[in-house]
Parts: sequence; structure tokens; C-alpha cells
Amino acid sequence: MLGWEFPPFISGGLGTACYGLTKAMSKLGLEITFILPRMIRTGNLSTHINLKTPGDIKGDFQSEWETQEIRNLKIRTIDSPLKPYATAHTYQDEIEEIIRSKQERITGITKDENLQDNGHYAGDMYAEVHRYAAAAVKLAMQESFDVIHAHDWMTYSAGVAVAAVSGKPLVIHVHSTEFDRSGEHVNQMIYNFERAGMHAADKIIAVSYLTKNIILSRYGVSGDKVEVVYNGIEKNGNGLGLGKIGISRDEKIVLFLGRITMQKGPEYFLGAAKKVLEVIDNVRFVMAGSGDMMKRTIELAAQLGIGSKVMFTGFLRGEDVRKVYERADLYVMPSVSEPFGIAPLEALNNDVPVLISKQSGVSEVLTHVLKADFWDVNEIANKIVAVLKYPPLQMTLKEHGNYEVRKLRWEDAAEKCKQVYNQVINEAVCV
Amino acid sequence: MPSICFYFQVHQPFRLRHYTVFDQDHRYFDDFKNKSICQKVANKCYLPANRVILDLIRKHEGKFKVAYSITGVLLEQLADYAPEVMSTFDALARTGCVEFIAETYYHSLSFLYSRGEFRDQIFKHMDAIETLFGQRPKVFRNTELIYSNDLAAELESMGIFDGVITEGADRILWGRSPNFLYKPPREGKIKILLKNYALSDDIAFRFSNRGWNEWPLKAEKFTNWVNQINGNGYVVNLFMDYETFGEHQWADTGIFDFLRHLPEEILRHPDNSFKTPSEAIASYPATDIVDVPGLISWADTERDVSAWLGNAMQSNALHEIYRMEQTVKKTGDKTLLADWRKLQTSDHFYYMCTKWFSDGDVHKYFNPYDSPYDSYINFMNIMNNMEKRCGKKPRGRKKSVETEQAANSII
Repeated sequence: MLGWEFPPFISGGLGTACYGLTKAMSKLGLEITFILPRMIRTGNLSTHINLKTPGDIKGDFQSEWETQEIRNLKIRTIDSPLKPYATAHTYQDEIEEIIRSKQERITGITKDENLQDNGHYAGDMYAEVHRYAAAAVKLAMQESFDVIHAHDWMTYSAGVAVAAVSGKPLVIHVHSTEFDRSGEHVNQMIYNFERAGMHAADKIIAVSYLTKNIILSRYGVSGDKVEVVYNGIEKNGNGLGLGKIGISRDEKIVLFLGRITMQKGPEYFLGAAKKVLEVIDNVRFVMAGSGDMMKRTIELAAQLGIGSKVMFTGFLRGEDVRKVYERADLYVMPSVSEPFGIAPLEALNNDVPVLISKQSGVSEVLTHVLKADFWDVNEIANKIVAVLKYPPLQMTLKEHGNYEVRKLRWEDAAEKCKQVYNQVINEAVCV
Repeated sequence: MPSICFYFQVHQPFRLRHYTVFDQDHRYFDDFKNKSICQKVANKCYLPANRVILDLIRKHEGKFKVAYSITGVLLEQLADYAPEVMSTFDALARTGCVEFIAETYYHSLSFLYSRGEFRDQIFKHMDAIETLFGQRPKVFRNTELIYSNDLAAELESMGIFDGVITEGADRILWGRSPNFLYKPPREGKIKILLKNYALSDDIAFRFSNRGWNEWPLKAEKFTNWVNQINGNGYVVNLFMDYETFGEHQWADTGIFDFLRHLPEEILRHPDNSFKTPSEAIASYPATDIVDVPGLISWADTERDVSAWLGNAMQSNALHEIYRMEQTVKKTGDKTLLADWRKLQTSDHFYYMCTKWFSDGDVHKYFNPYDSPYDSYINFMNIMNNMEKRCGKKPRGRKKSVETEQAANSII
């Protein structure tokens, strides 16, 4: 399996999805080697997975580590600055930082061979994707496997390359497309990677029908090649959180949790906040996350004159996420285009009712949630006010939502992926 | 020798318009939608079905009879949007073969929340029926056939009814037949007519179902089933929504042909007859007592009130609307009172039902909202506006503090 990110090194839903999916797959008895294009620094390792420091891929098997939680899963990493949500111009900064951190390591840990690696870093993302592909091929030659499963555009080239070298079938998993991330202003290079990957793949897994439609209409792929497999959620919330009701707090909290980028619709969140504040005063809007629109969004809050009511927390993880859910009265996801959206499931799992845009894949599977068009700021505000004002609404949403979300299991997603694997393996044999 | 008692429920609610917390006017109803639905149903169902029934009554020279309960909220809409339907009902009334049944004018759940309001709405309905069709109802049916011992006692104490219609639910019959007349535990003159749900639902729900092993249902076959009852019952009560004809079962399913041929087939057997509810009550004795301590209805598979009172939103919305009763009445504002009453129509609470997974299809079909949550939000926003119209601030409840602030900031 070729991926971008894996907990605890995550910046979005993709890592969470890969984690949940691989965990469920290993329960089904599938053996997975997970190749990450991520550089892992020893300094900030979290504790719930047993990580080993990656070494050079040309070296011994130091780059391999196994998790304690997931059997049958082997994770291998390639030092690379690829980041799932990076844009071309952030890449340069990233390179510099890696070089800097390498130097730190060199002085601290003294591993000489790392020095030579610097020469391998290419100067732009395009070359980097190819470098990752080449490295993945080398790694793949040391492994035995039956299917290649590549997650999102940065790994498609690697997937195609590994498939060409090994002759094994390629499944690509589309968690997001360039049209979701950038609207109509697509990056042609990324689009080309995506399109090439989709056409080379033996089978495509899309996270929703919304995404499947984009794949069909924008990438010219034929419909029978694309299977929809919805994401799942791990049951980790407290589940009994109805206890929150009755605790009177002076202030209500409305939560935005996600990357602050064009795709996630932060300006619609603020637009709705402005309208809500015309009617209700004792409410605070929390924006948890970071992203390229962060600065503009902070400015917008000030422009709208609601700066004192909007709080920016930056990117949250782990315990902080749990805490913010505990305080929240409503989670709002006004995404302009959301292929799936795991975050609302996590909110429901934590007994927070959710309001999601109709332009999201997750709205295909959830019924016990509030929905609005992302552009309909008036309606979003109307629904936010209703949740804050009518306690039975919040209660019913929690009760049914929490029940509904339990039916979305990674086990089912893993089972469907397994079916897709069997299909492509059989087809490969027939040919 | 069984009699057939046909009784049709005829109803359309005043659907609400999309009303947000930012709206401040007093237009709560979606006139455009109500008009178009009313006219659509009139053309697909009310007009053609009335024509068929009228023809049948004439053809069988008084041997074919039916009963209707037309809600006040529909009568108002018909008068505005489809007056031609009113004249065909008037023609039916003049045949002397049609009985009109009483119910709450607003098709409300008032029996459960306010006995005063309950009685007011019954009288309003009976007055309307008498004015329009020249007969004062003697038999009562409660909204959605909701019934309990308490309802029978309430009707008895009103002293104006001979009988009441409700569902022949299994859990009140304990194996007895719905084809007899029954009486409530407490002594009185009221008799109970129970819906034969098996035969009624064969027409109302299963008629066009191609997966049903009895499909296609023809008048001959149905008459056979009725004749099998011979000797084990007095009257087969076929109660259903009038919209069954042409709206729930479209014309191309053959439902009108079925209706057209049924009386002829039934009357072929000399012992068979058609009776109106009042005639059935006059003709046959009550054979036994049915004890109904809890509420029953004709809805869903549960035959209870969970379709209107199944979740916190529904009970909250109902509680809120009846809490306002005195406040609304004290204003003496007639438009306000009428609006408040139209909001009591049970459909508004039905739309908030979250039991989607077992009864999903039926609920969705009748629901103008995308979700039960949307319908609750809409309803509560209107409640809030209405409360402001009463000129009184919401009292007591803690959660209303914000409402108050909202009211202040808007004013």
C-alpha cells in the first residue's frame, strides 16, 4: 500500500482513513506493507504506535517498523518532503526545513550516510513524485505482494511504476481530487498525475458517489471501473455523552474543525456566524485547524466585526481534539466540495451533532444530521440558531446520530476493498 | 350476510413555508405548494373518485353507500383552490346514500393535550359539515383513528354521538373478529366500529404491489374474501384514505375499475349489503367489550402514536403549541387563533418522525421536508414568531432566555 500519511503524522483525514482501513484489513487477515513518503523525525513521536527511526532505503531494513496495534501491517518509509495538502510553493520551504533537520540529526545522532541523501532531494514537487516512485519501486522489489493499493495523487505514479515493474494489478483509492481541493483552478500537473493514475489503474475506489461522478465526468474514466467504498469510523467516543445535557454553560460553542482552505469553506462559516450573532449573543465560534487561508480568514472575521466571537486554535490533535469536542454544541462542515469527510463522523462519535454541506460525500450516508448548501449562509445560520435554541433538537440529533455512525464500520470498507482485490487478481489471472 | 361499510378519510394539511429564524412576517403557510397539491389531488383523486361513487349510487339505486370524513383544513383549501370538488361532494350529499363523519376540524391531536380545544374543534367541524352538506354527524372518528377508553368516555359525556370509529388492532381484539360491533368498558350508548385492516390494506396499500401473491386484485376475488366472512360477523369495515383512489394507487393500476365493479360483485350475493356507519350501528348490537387502556391508531405497523410522539422533538413541539393555548385565546385575534389551530394539524408532527428505518417509505412519501430535523426547526421558528405575536414574552422555561434576547434585538 502506498500512502501519504499515517498516524501520528497526519494533517487531515487521509491518515485517519489509512489507519482505520489497514487496521480492519489486518483483522481480515490481509498482509499489508505500507510505504510512506514521509520523513519521520525522532523528536515528536507519539506513544500509541511503536515507531522505529527510518534509515536510508538503500541501507538495511531499518526503515521498517511494525505497529503494536495492527498485526500484519508493516510500514516502510522513504525520506521525502511530500505532504498531502502541500502546494508547489510551500514545497521549497519544506525542503529547506528537512535539510535543516537533517543537519540537526547529524550533529545529534551522527549518522553519516544521511548526509549523502541531501543530493537526492529534487527541487520541485514534480521531480519529487518521480523520486518517490523510483524509491518505491526499489522497496517493492524487496517485498512480495499481490496487489498494489495507492492512496491519492502523490502515490499514483509510484503505484503505476511498481505495477509496471512487478506486473501486479493496481488499485487506486481516490480520497480527493484536484477539483475538490482547488475548485476550477486546477493545477495541471496534479491533474495529469491523477488522470494518468486513474487510467493506468485496474480498478478505482472512490470514497463517495460524489467523487465517483467527478472521476467519470472530469477524468474520462468509464463507470464500471469505479467502485464506491465509504469510509468508516472507529468507535472511540464516550458514547454515553448525553450527560453533557443539563450542564449549564454561559456560552455555546460552534465548532469548525478542519484545514482552513478554500475547499473547506471557512468564509461561509464566518458568514453564518455573523448572522447567528445578530440573533444570539452568547455563542462563540471556534475554528480549529490551519491552512493557506488562515490569515485571510482571521482578517475576514475582523472585517465582519465578529473578531471577538471567533477563536482560532491552530491545528489540534489527539487529546486536544477530544477536549474541543467535549465543549462543542455543534460541529459545522461547510465544505465547498468534500469527497467524503471523516471529521463529522468523529464529531458524532463524540456526541456532537453536526451540520454538513450537501456538497459532501458523507451526506450520502448520514441521515441524522443537518444539511445545507455550503453557499446558503442564511440557512446555515438558521440551523445553527435552531440547535442552540431548541435543546430537543440537539438531543435527538445526538441520540440518533451516534447510533447511525456506529453502523459505518471500517470492517465493511475493508471487506469491500478485499472484494475489489479479489476481482483484480482474478482478472489478472484470466488475462 | 355481512354488510360492507366504506369509510373514506379526506384530508390535506396546510403545509408550512420555509420559515427561518430571521423571518418576521406572519405568513406561515406555503400557499403556492398547498394550491398545487390540492389541485393535483383534486384532479387525480377527488374529482374522478367522486364521479365514480356518484355513478355507482345512481346505478344501484340506493343500495351502494359510503361515508366520508373531510377535514376542515381541506374544506377550506378546496373552497379556495378547487371549488368544483365542493360541488361534487354536495351532489353526493344530496343522494342520501352518503354519511359525513365528525372529527376535529384541524385534524389535530388536541384530544391528548386539551379537552376544551378538542371539543371546540369537533363543534366547529360539525357546524361546517351541517352548513355545507345539510347533515349533522352522529359518528365520530379521531385524528388518525387514535383511540382509547378515555376517548370513548369523553365522547359519551358529550352526549351527541352514537358511535366511534377506530382501528381493529390485534392487541385490543385478542383473536376476536373486527367484523362485529363492540362497546367500551364503561356503560353508555356509544358503539365502536373497528377497521378490518387486512381487507382495508389489501386495497389501500397492497393493491398495486406486484410482489404480492394476490396481485392483481380483482373485484371478484375481493368479494370472495368478503363472502367467506358470512356467518362470522355483521359488518366489514373498509376504512382508508380517499387518496387511495388515484393518488396513492394511480389510475393506471386499475384502482378505479376495481371500485367501479366492486358493488356489483358484492350485491350479487343476496345476503350482502352496503351500510353507512350510522346504519350499521342502528342495525347491529354490540357483542362484546373492547378494553383499550393505552392509545391505539391506524398508523404504521405499531398501530400506536409513536409516529407523532416518538421523539423528543415531537413531544417538545406539541407541548409548546398547547402551552400557548390560553395566551393565543386571550388576544381575541381571530387570524392568530386560526393560524395557531392550523399548526395543530397532526401532519406537522408526523414530518418530525425519526422512525425511518422500519416505516421509511410511507413517511418519506408524505413528507415535504428533507429531514425530520428540518421540519422541527421550521415549526419551532414559527412557534417563536407566534409567541411574539401574542405580545407576551415566553415564560418560565430557562431555554427561552435566548428567545427573549432575540426578540428584543429584533424589535
